[in-house]
Amino acid sequence: MSQSAVDVPPKGGFSFDLCKRNDMLTQKGLKAPSFLKTGTTIVGLIFKDGVILGADTRATEGPIVADKNCEKIHYMAPNIYCCGAGTAADTEAVTDMVSSQLRLHRYQTSRDSRVITALTLLKKHLFSYQGHVSAALVLGGVDITGPHLHTIYPHGSTDTLPFATMGSGSLAAMSVFEAKYKEGLTRDEGIKLVAEAICSGIFNDLGSGSNVDICVITKGNKEYLRNYMEPNPRTYVSSKGYSFTKKTEVLLTKITPLLERVEITEVGEAMEE
Amino acid sequence: MSIFEYNGSAVVAMVGKNCFAIASDRRLGVQLQTIATDFQRISKIHDHLFIGLSGLATDVQTLYQRLVFRHKLYQLREERDMKPETFASLVSAILYEKRFGPYLCQPVIAGLGDDNKPFICTMDSIGAKELAKDFVVSGTASESLYGACEAMFKPDMEAEELFETISQALLSSVDRDCLSGWGGHVYVVTPNEIKEKILKGRMD
Repeated sequence: MSQSAVDVPPKGGFSFDLCKRNDMLTQKGLKAPSFLKTGTTIVGLIFKDGVILGADTRATEGPIVADKNCEKIHYMAPNIYCCGAGTAADTEAVTDMVSSQLRLHRYQTSRDSRVITALTLLKKHLFSYQGHVSAALVLGGVDITGPHLHTIYPHGSTDTLPFATMGSGSLAAMSVFEAKYKEGLTRDEGIKLVAEAICSGIFNDLGSGSNVDICVITKGNKEYLRNYMEPNPRTYVSSKGYSFTKKTEVLLTKITPLLERVEITEVGEAMEE
Repeated sequence: MSIFEYNGSAVVAMVGKNCFAIASDRRLGVQLQTIATDFQRISKIHDHLFIGLSGLATDVQTLYQRLVFRHKLYQLREERDMKPETFASLVSAILYEKRFGPYLCQPVIAGLGDDNKPFICTMDSIGAKELAKDFVVSGTASESLYGACEAMFKPDMEAEELFETISQALLSSVDRDCLSGWGGHVYVVTPNEIKEKILKGRMD
């Protein structure tokens, strides 16, 4: 089979074969497309028994809200979750990739994953792409050495903190944390503080909005509270719905009947010895 | 001018009760000149899975051919059709592979999954999946489409009402966009049949 017939790059990773063409188009005056960004407010804090992560749920494409209820808290391991801000495709791809690497590592070592393992894998990948993979992450989890919370910047630098915020709403959320955080918070106090910080991002930052997602990770247990708070429900929903005055004019109709989908399970014969 | 405004496009998909509808406009242009009024933007992958691609027309056709190739290989290996969720992950991976020199199109994927549950999703040009439970839009008319769908959509519509809603949303949105229009092409898919309809719209 010739090289051109196989379209998967031999070792995985990125392929750069359309770069030259896209550069040529940009030089001719056609602007490159904007990517889906998660404007975002993402936060994390360490409480008495573990880590609480929080995120808003708005995804923007320029000034338009593309997704009113997206998921920004990504699964990494049963005891580790990661919130992502920045270019949506980059945060999803990088967290998926490290999540599979962690699973393979768990199979090899027969041990639960540690948060610093995920941290090192993420920072190595992001640094090697020099910030072009635009993913800003808040990584939190509880492993055998205790609860951990880290922030990872797109260029690959990391911080280890008791409470952290990232994204365009990070200043709004950080002001709430700086005023009200104290060590040794209980689970309910911690959830209340995280929800308050995300709400301050939702209401004051234009890049964040919609609902609050929260994830509570403790030793041996995790709780993913999707849409924990919905402070922005749809107002004035018309119960009548829309009535169209004029029906659409159809020029041509083609109906293709489909055969019913039948599952064929063949009962094979046993192999002869 | 943005690269997506070179050819002009509008694609929308909506979820109904055990059915889905996917619709697109029919114009193919080169900036402000129209060169075709019957361009096919929505393609069938298998009987219960459709993909609509908006953006640069050459990438629309190339990407469609690549995806059909990968799906045929999958059919040969697995002896069954791909589920819509799996196909969405495949498209996302193919687009992200070209992260630093992307295909200049935005796909809209619509299909019927297990138990005839409708599935729709859209992606940006580098594969960031956006799953929705109601409707997804893409193309140069996307801002108007967001507004029209947000107002006209109702959950759990039957096939006839879904067809009417998606057609009205599409035609009213492309009327406000110079680069898309010249009629509409709608597919309404239920577990038993595929209804393909060509709509009459403003030809300007």
